[in-house]
Amino acid sequence: MSSHTPQDTPPQVTVIRPHTGWRTIDVRELASHWDLLRFLTLRSVKIRYAQSALGMGWAVIQPVAQMVVFTVIFGSLVGVGSDGSAYPVFAFVALVPWTYFASAVTQSTNSLPKNAAMLSKIYLPRMILPISEVCARLVDFAIGFVLLIGMLFIYGVQPTAGVIVVPLLILIMVIAALGIGLWLTALAIQFRDINYATEFFVQLLMYAAPVVYPASLVPERFQLLYALNPMVGVIEGFRAAFLGSRAMPWDLIGVGAAVAVFLLVSGAFFFRRREPLFADVA
Amino acid sequence: MSDIAIRVAGLGKAYRIGVAAERADTMIGALASFAASPLRNFKRLRQLDTFSAGDRQDDLFWAVKDLDFEIRRGETVGFVGRNGAGKSTLLKMLSRITEPTTGEIAIRGRVSSLLEVGTGFHPELTGRENIYMNGTILGMAKREIDRKFDEIASFSGVEKFLDTPVKRYSSGMKVRLGFSVAAHLEPEVLIIDEVLAVGDAEFQRRCLGKMEEVAGMGRTVLFVSHNLGAIQNLCDRAISLRDGEMVADGTSSEVVSDYLASFVSFAGKGFSNDNPDRETKGEIRLIDGRVLDAQGIESEYFDAGSPLVLECDYHNPGRARRFEMRFTIRDGDGVAVTSAQTSVAGFEFDAAEHGRVRVTLDRLPLPPGSYSVNATVLTTDHKISDAVPNALTFTVDSASFFATGRTLPRRIARVLFDQHWEASTRHGGHDA
Repeated sequence: MSSHTPQDTPPQVTVIRPHTGWRTIDVRELASHWDLLRFLTLRSVKIRYAQSALGMGWAVIQPVAQMVVFTVIFGSLVGVGSDGSAYPVFAFVALVPWTYFASAVTQSTNSLPKNAAMLSKIYLPRMILPISEVCARLVDFAIGFVLLIGMLFIYGVQPTAGVIVVPLLILIMVIAALGIGLWLTALAIQFRDINYATEFFVQLLMYAAPVVYPASLVPERFQLLYALNPMVGVIEGFRAAFLGSRAMPWDLIGVGAAVAVFLLVSGAFFFRRREPLFADVA
Repeated sequence: MSDIAIRVAGLGKAYRIGVAAERADTMIGALASFAASPLRNFKRLRQLDTFSAGDRQDDLFWAVKDLDFEIRRGETVGFVGRNGAGKSTLLKMLSRITEPTTGEIAIRGRVSSLLEVGTGFHPELTGRENIYMNGTILGMAKREIDRKFDEIASFSGVEKFLDTPVKRYSSGMKVRLGFSVAAHLEPEVLIIDEVLAVGDAEFQRRCLGKMEEVAGMGRTVLFVSHNLGAIQNLCDRAISLRDGEMVADGTSSEVVSDYLASFVSFAGKGFSNDNPDRETKGEIRLIDGRVLDAQGIESEYFDAGSPLVLECDYHNPGRARRFEMRFTIRDGDGVAVTSAQTSVAGFEFDAAEHGRVRVTLDRLPLPPGSYSVNATVLTTDHKISDAVPNALTFTVDSASFFATGRTLPRRIARVLFDQHWEASTRHGGHDA
């Protein structure tokens, strides 16, 4: 069926010519590389914890350890408020999406430089590389999510009806990470500084999101400005859904979603504009 | 254009060559230069992509220039040319890895390109996983790989290790696995760049066989190799490139022999600084050289079995006391046949400022054909001081090596040696 002989394939002509300026996003081409996306995602998942004794255990240890540290420092020593929830749960609800976001941004930024050798040896729709990293990190996210459910159970927290919004929040989170990743990786292939800067930038960004403190700490008149960080809406949305510690913050989610979509669309166009140069600048 | 598989028109590709940065010569200058280096680096990195046809021409390097050709469906075309002739750049444009600066390519049908064996292999993944990874990267669907999996595995000969991470494989096993995947592609147009240079001889032979099969199935194959024999065997047609431009297009045997002849005509310039392949790194330089016969007379034609003398003049301005001299003889296919070296012969001499080194091959053990000689001077710590590819050339046109006056064809012999045959009668014992 999938055998390709010159006879049974419709005459498909590829024209290769110089491109300058903006190009459309070839969704058909991306869709035709579905299998490649699957295997690249799988590769990324498998090699992340390859040759480690704990393997996937690290996906558990990292957010849990961070939660413990944050609970001790911010919850106990500094005494940051947690909108009435137990601080460990309060922090962990935020850490699960945040850990995803941070590693998805870092890994997708690194996706082109890491595969620079491949870029100069084979053609593939390059956008698949950052997309596969963003997909691969969802496995860690799923592990964290299961852990979160367990913790809610232990602390006896009843999720609210708001949980039906969670899939939307996850979508915003993925879109935001991919949008930023597309921008940064298209730059990082030419300027490796971006790689070094990203980890640092993501760490700083954590303090611009309500991970260790509640969003209510930010003055009312800055709330919408604050929500420009798309993870603000996602994290507060998670808290509203699982902890019921506040009403569903539709304004923050709305602003965050708009920013995330803007980042994705602009990132995709920017990426496409730079794509013809990747093999030359790698 | 139903019969045309590939049409290339006005194709060109320019790269920007780095413009040398000025050096600071004072402490303050160096500090200022250090402080300004991020800005300078940024500009340099920025420039990597800013070439366009209207750009300054002096720092652009045209790797490929004004190429026009058409390839019919089912043709097998070989590309020949020295390093830097633009072969690989052309293949990269044809396989959409890099975009042309000018011109256009139209390709009819599904294209697979093989510029490397095992693209996308990850050492931590098993052989099985890497077959899927590499296969999908090369453009196969998972279904297609499922269907061909057993065939791929058995062609590679590493079936037993399919569930072992590839990092535990020997390099030969990795190559075999990668090539097996590639050999099972079924594109309408297959682009192959010098991938047969890897792997052992036996496997190379099987790959060539597999490719002949592919070419025989009416697929269009574009092939770059330094193995001119393989090009002649596999390709009906060949295109020769020099400095990014097409110099010949015709039957593969015509083009290959023209290409080989270009080396000979170039030989006179071997010692000139215009030789683009020359690598002058140190002080000791080769000035001139010649090939002499037993009488010490410079000649082009030699007899297998008679003496041949290779001689070079050097200039040693730094008065280095010792150095090492090498003459490497290559045959018409560019294969190094043997090498005369002062170090292996244990020959040491006191170097002069101007001097001459020569080596005599008492009985030239090479079958008839054309040969070129690379002359290299190395310092005592084995660093190249001057390397002159194709410094000398000679042709073996008669053979008195064997007493019979007969000789062996190049197809089966790259060297000749004395042969002492014996025969005896076998007693008792059966042929088992």
